[in-house]
Amino acid sequence: MIEIKELHKYFGALHVLKGIDLNVKKGEVLSIIGASGSGKSTLLYCINGLEAIQKGEVKVDGVSVHDKGTDLNKLRTKMGMVFQQWNSFPHLSALENVALAPRIVKGKSKSESREIARAQLEHVGLNDKIDVYPSALSGGQQQRLAIARALAMEPEYMLFDEATSALDPELVGEVLDTMRLLAEEGMTMICVTHEMGFARDVSDRVAYFHEGVMEEIGPPEQIFGKPESAHTAKFLANVR
Amino acid sequence: MNFDYTFHWRPVIRKLPELLEASLVTLQISVLSMIIGIGIGLVLALLRMGGPKYLSWIATAWVETARNTPALFQLFFFSFGLGAFGLHLTPYFIVLAGLSFNNAGYLAENFRGGFQAVPDTQMRAARSLGMSATQAYTRIIIPQVFRIVYHPMTNQLVWAVLMSSLAMIVGFRELAGETQAQAFKTFRIFEYFAVTALIYYVMVKMILGISRLLSWRLFRY
Repeated sequence: MIEIKELHKYFGALHVLKGIDLNVKKGEVLSIIGASGSGKSTLLYCINGLEAIQKGEVKVDGVSVHDKGTDLNKLRTKMGMVFQQWNSFPHLSALENVALAPRIVKGKSKSESREIARAQLEHVGLNDKIDVYPSALSGGQQQRLAIARALAMEPEYMLFDEATSALDPELVGEVLDTMRLLAEEGMTMICVTHEMGFARDVSDRVAYFHEGVMEEIGPPEQIFGKPESAHTAKFLANVR
Repeated sequence: MNFDYTFHWRPVIRKLPELLEASLVTLQISVLSMIIGIGIGLVLALLRMGGPKYLSWIATAWVETARNTPALFQLFFFSFGLGAFGLHLTPYFIVLAGLSFNNAGYLAENFRGGFQAVPDTQMRAARSLGMSATQAYTRIIIPQVFRIVYHPMTNQLVWAVLMSSLAMIVGFRELAGETQAQAFKTFRIFEYFAVTALIYYVMVKMILGISRLLSWRLFRY
């Protein structure tokens, strides 16, 4: 379970997150929507400790992320992250991209980590690209590679930071399909997204962020059907 | 114009073994100065990118001096300059220090550019997988930097080989120094330097060839 309590985040004088309270249960799919600059990506970075926080607390399975004594490297293996810019490692083949972290972070043997990598590449439909370098993959394939890479650590949570925003329109579908597959398999997911269709169809809950505040959270029928907040309604009217 | 010079190649050919032996000295001192230069250059680059203020200032001064003053003057600093303070290095160390100083300055800028060319997001991605900062640097960042600076590094080695010929001015007997010594014994100056130029040419071509073969093996992406 991910528990976020009274979380405040500043970039210098800029107050990016203004007291977020949010719990995400095991097996839940949460989509976070909202305009650019509303703090939704920053929240993901705070959850896995890539960003420091100024006030409040984030706990993952009871462990406080921003506690000085916390072994962040270990904690991060529980949380896979997929970025907007897919960030494949260009100097490694697809297989090596996926096999590297299980081997050097989790200490798995070379053959074992390659087996895991093979299985995850097949999982995301890249079994024919095992020896290919990222430069020869399309954006959608690189993003699926990034998903496989995160899954190879056998995470309990997956954080998606606008995973389809940088993709050409015709490549968005394949990545969303992969994300849908994960949701069906019961993965706990937090997806910052601009894909309203995905948010409505796949999520258990949808949260709307507005200027650093979680304006509204609820089941997709509520958010997309009859939003309680005027901000939410206005945002949704504009994106449709 | 009257051309009445008669070429005499035989004295040069007779001394060819000496010249080839001296060319090994050239290669040895150039490669050594590269290894030292890479080590110091890496430190200079890191200091310039985020070291304490004073150290970063010293690194900048080093880079600026190495790149913007004649290499010959840099060599003079290690011979006459230090000599004026009573510190007398042997010709070998004068040349090694001069070349290393120059290499470090140029390589530091190559390394700095290399580090800046790798996106920050690579670091984030690596850390998000649970890698430590050290693992992220050694497995993800530095291999990419190495690829970016590989060809500039080859160029610098070529430049070091050619620059090492300045050593003859401080009396060190590498290829150019040896050539000069032999040439003035026989006064076949043109012939000697023509042959030596050819040896330099072949050496550089060999370095470039080996570097290219190595790059095919090293970088498959």
